[in-house]
Amino acid sequence: MTNAMRTSAGTVTVERYQGVRADGRFRRLWNANAPGYLFLLPWLIGFFGLTLGPALISLYLSFTDFDMLRAPGWVGAANYVRIATADPKFASAMSVTLTYVVLSVPFKLTFALLVALALNRGLRGLPIYRAIFYLPSLLGGSVAIAVLWRQLFASDGLVNAALSHFGIVGPSWISHPSYSIYTLVALSVWQFGSPMIIFLAGLRQIPQDMYEAASLDGASKLRQFYKITLPLLTPVIFFNAVVQTIDAFKAFTPAFIISGGTGGPINSTLFYTLYLYQEAFGNFRMGYASALAWILVVIIAIFTTFSFLTSRYWVHYDD
Amino acid sequence: MTASVTAARPPSDITKRSLPASIIIHALLIAASLLMLYPLLWMVSASVRPENEIFSSTSLIPSAVDFSSYVRGWTGLDITFGRFFWNSLVISLLVVAGNVIACSLTAFAFARLRFAGRNFWFAIMLGTLMIPYHVTLIPQYVLFLDLGWVNTILPLVVPKFLASDAFFIFLMVQFFRGIPRELDEAAMMDGCSAWRIYWKIMLPLSLPVLATAAIFSFIWTWDDFFGPLIYLNDMNTYTIQLGLRTFVDSTSASDWGGLFAMSTLTLVPVFFFFLFFQRLLIEGIATTGMKR
Repeated sequence: MTNAMRTSAGTVTVERYQGVRADGRFRRLWNANAPGYLFLLPWLIGFFGLTLGPALISLYLSFTDFDMLRAPGWVGAANYVRIATADPKFASAMSVTLTYVVLSVPFKLTFALLVALALNRGLRGLPIYRAIFYLPSLLGGSVAIAVLWRQLFASDGLVNAALSHFGIVGPSWISHPSYSIYTLVALSVWQFGSPMIIFLAGLRQIPQDMYEAASLDGASKLRQFYKITLPLLTPVIFFNAVVQTIDAFKAFTPAFIISGGTGGPINSTLFYTLYLYQEAFGNFRMGYASALAWILVVIIAIFTTFSFLTSRYWVHYDD
Repeated sequence: MTASVTAARPPSDITKRSLPASIIIHALLIAASLLMLYPLLWMVSASVRPENEIFSSTSLIPSAVDFSSYVRGWTGLDITFGRFFWNSLVISLLVVAGNVIACSLTAFAFARLRFAGRNFWFAIMLGTLMIPYHVTLIPQYVLFLDLGWVNTILPLVVPKFLASDAFFIFLMVQFFRGIPRELDEAAMMDGCSAWRIYWKIMLPLSLPVLATAAIFSFIWTWDDFFGPLIYLNDMNTYTIQLGLRTFVDSTSASDWGGLFAMSTLTLVPVFFFFLFFQRLLIEGIATTGMKR
């Protein structure tokens, strides 16, 4: 406020004149800022009451043995120590989740990019193809799709029926601990539609004259792809990779439905969020589950920071 | 901003490509499309198949069409699926209202009003986009339990009226910023209040983005499983997703026909939204990279 008065000579006199009366100054401040804050009021209430407040409480609870029945008792870092050293279910949930992330994200993005490239050629019927490929992504979060998937990969399900046409006897994908995770990966890859649409949007931003110039110079299609398309698309690839990875860390519904809420067989589909849910709402170990939640935050934060740090070596920003 | 993404690129290379090449591409894309749709079509076909035929065939065409699975499924639990549909509809519509109202108010403040601390709060708002909901889950649950809101729709709906979906705020801020400044500056000169500018100028010009937010809100809420799983324990309050999951558990392997019939029904509203508002949905994804 005072700085503003000094910098603009014109307003100084006005400010001083009105500043004589304290309530005049207050009124000016009020008039300048009240509409903004009034419009922001619902969000501010939500931010303090539903985000910041709960986040701080959750951090506190992660150092307690809170179980919903008794008041939370301080246990220091005991929850974190147990997670790190003496919880085989945590280790297995983490490894299942990492496997899922590492397998599903690259496959999903590769399919998304390949299909986007195929569609981005001024094809007839583009809107229809685009819609068909996007539909599974849109339906994907629902229980019905998880139910369907469970049937597809059942031992007498469609996948095995299709395999039997080729004389292959498929395993019982869902109930075999070595295979169950792959059915969930397949489900995630099937839903490549939304990154595909973002790739399509990105491809359209690439100026056509770059390709024309490259063609005139005699560059092959493949070379144009590596030298023009791929570098110019790196910001979009980066964005898709970060969003999809964070999403994969948070996957819940398919694992819950397909395993009947257990994460079985033998914890092979015990996703991190499913384990967190079991601890919080199955065993009412709310303090412990809070610690699990914070570890998830830290992992996502580390991953995101790492992505941004490495991105400057491979993401090409056009300035 | 939305226009730039969907503007058709001049199809300069269509003429250059040979006929066989485009036939091959179309053939590949059609094959891929069939593979994508096959599970969904199979489910719909299984829902009208005679029960004994469901697993014997990978074909999509049933030998006879029989809607009895729908009747069995609809009444398969103590409470009919009509109740679950109604509950889901009420929650979804309220969430749509909450998101559209609260997020547009917030976005208007961030995009068009000047006030001290605006950039600070905007940065905070963007920061909340990155926080996974698991962090606030347990304290929120305890809060809503203490308020006596568990087994009501309030925990699922009230937060939306407090603009808890930062994603839509971000989407609307982007859109509002694209509307010419002269419009509200002129209105401001004429003595229009911020509220009138919001209501009379900004909202009418922003129908596309409001519709996008509304449609995504509806579909995501309709499909949401986790929220209802935590807050709704009384079967009378169940949403369609919980109802379907209960049906899965109660019938296990005995009534596949009913299961697929009810699964198909739960997807119908989403499918119709998709059919009618495809363009808005695709623009929404393309411009902001909304998840899913």
